[in-house]
Amino acid sequence: MTNYENKVVYDVRDLNLWYGNDQALKNINLKINKNEVTAIIGPSGCGKSTFIKTLNRMIENIPSVRTTGQILYHGLNIFDKSIKVEELRTRVGMVFQKPNPFPKSIYENVLYGPKIHGIKDKNVLQEVLETSLKSAALWDEVKDRLHDNAYGLSGGQQQRLCIARCLAVQPDVILMDEPTSALDPIATAKIEELIDSLKSDYSISIVTHSMQQAGRISDKTAFFLMGDLIEFDQTEVIFSNPRDKRTEDYITGRFG
Amino acid sequence: MEKDMNVRSLIRDNISKRKNSIDKLMPKFFFLMASVSIITTIGIVMTLITDAIKFFEKVSFAQFFSADLAPLNANNPTFGILPLITGTVLSSLIAMMVAIPVGLTAAMYLSEFATEGTRRVIKPIMEVLAGIPTIVYGFFAYSFVTPLLMELIPSLEAKNVLSPGIVMGIMIIPMVASLSEDAMNAVPNAMREGAYGLGSTKLEVTIKVVLPAAISGIMASFVLAISRAIGETMIVAIASGSSKNLTFDITKSMQTMTGYIVEFTSGDAGSGTTGYYSLYAVGLLLFIFTLVMNLIAQYISRKYREEY
Repeated sequence: MTNYENKVVYDVRDLNLWYGNDQALKNINLKINKNEVTAIIGPSGCGKSTFIKTLNRMIENIPSVRTTGQILYHGLNIFDKSIKVEELRTRVGMVFQKPNPFPKSIYENVLYGPKIHGIKDKNVLQEVLETSLKSAALWDEVKDRLHDNAYGLSGGQQQRLCIARCLAVQPDVILMDEPTSALDPIATAKIEELIDSLKSDYSISIVTHSMQQAGRISDKTAFFLMGDLIEFDQTEVIFSNPRDKRTEDYITGRFG
Repeated sequence: MEKDMNVRSLIRDNISKRKNSIDKLMPKFFFLMASVSIITTIGIVMTLITDAIKFFEKVSFAQFFSADLAPLNANNPTFGILPLITGTVLSSLIAMMVAIPVGLTAAMYLSEFATEGTRRVIKPIMEVLAGIPTIVYGFFAYSFVTPLLMELIPSLEAKNVLSPGIVMGIMIIPMVASLSEDAMNAVPNAMREGAYGLGSTKLEVTIKVVLPAAISGIMASFVLAISRAIGETMIVAIASGSSKNLTFDITKSMQTMTGYIVEFTSGDAGSGTTGYYSLYAVGLLLFIFTLVMNLIAQYISRKYREEY
């Protein structure tokens, strides 16, 4: 059992979240394991994006947000006063719905994180640049134009650049908020392939609208509905033999 | 269903009755109204040019761009404009040294740090600052700021370029702050989120992401503010006096181009004299100054626009 506990990256306990007076997350309990891909599915407005943004406390950028409960990250409650949110976010990277590179060069985008956190050694930076872009399967496409503006890249390349930018600070969790919803099927396939290859080094939590995507890439799936976590299990179980009627209705396309 | 059919036939009736003439006439009217400002501008420029030409028939370019300015000398009036240019440039530079740091930091605060409530209080107050008549600023410079500065700089003359420069700077702070804030506000939130997601602090997000992304709008606000300072008249006319000596000492009185025009249009230049035509030459030069500044502003905002 202790061995199992070591595998747990996130242990969410009785998490409630309100936007002003509207409760968006109700009593969420779930565990996210190391080196697994956890998919979060559910219809629009079910709280899945809110949930994932709570994991690195990005949700706090919205002024009216209030939370209760605990999120243990490697055993430490991320809401604890001793936790520095900046440090948490370097350990827990995030990739967003729409590719959002900075209007700077590819080079500057990847190295933004290491640079703001005080890394100045040119050799280290060069190394980080190359490994991050290689891990994000983008190196071969951009190695000859590292100093071009990131907005010259295609949407799919931009999203992989954002993944590289996130890898450059060597996080151990990557949160992805519908990372392929703005991309075409080919670019989507590349990102999915990438997620699969990143799994051995990172724990990934991905919000997705596409149940096929959740089925293809995830080990575990959590189904959210109206702020409740309805069901959380192995992906095969969720898709082949869900326990809850509502999960079944959603994955068979009866609503959502 | 019956009702639907009724509406349909009513609409058909109305459409067939509608006169097309108004649809065709209105755009022409709108075009005419839009042309008014262009035609006026052309008219003003034409007047400036024709009368400036008359000036240059009497005074050479060499004399115009010299340091000898003595338009009231009855026997041998001279019209060297360099003292006026120095006055204008120095007072504008002082203004920018006040307005850029204060305006930009205010913009950063308003756009990135202030809560919605604070912003709602501060912005209107700043806009009030922009609405104060310039004559009030001029009076403020002469009767308040100059005496205050004299405590610090005893050698300061009663009319000097420093005090109106500072006050002009204060006057254009809202312009710099408001335009720069607009530029920073226009930076998509997704970009800030990207930076926060990498563990940036608010200050890092502001300085390393938002500011560079908004730089074209910010630079444009600077240049527009400079052109405002160059064209500003009342403050300098009141507080910097009308000394026509060429000097770079900001504690001394200097006349700006605008100040010169004020002095001479208030009675000293009889129509048809060289002094009278010199107003047009100075006015034309002033127009070229601000025009160039505005063109630079447009160029900058196009060139440095970070595509996102």
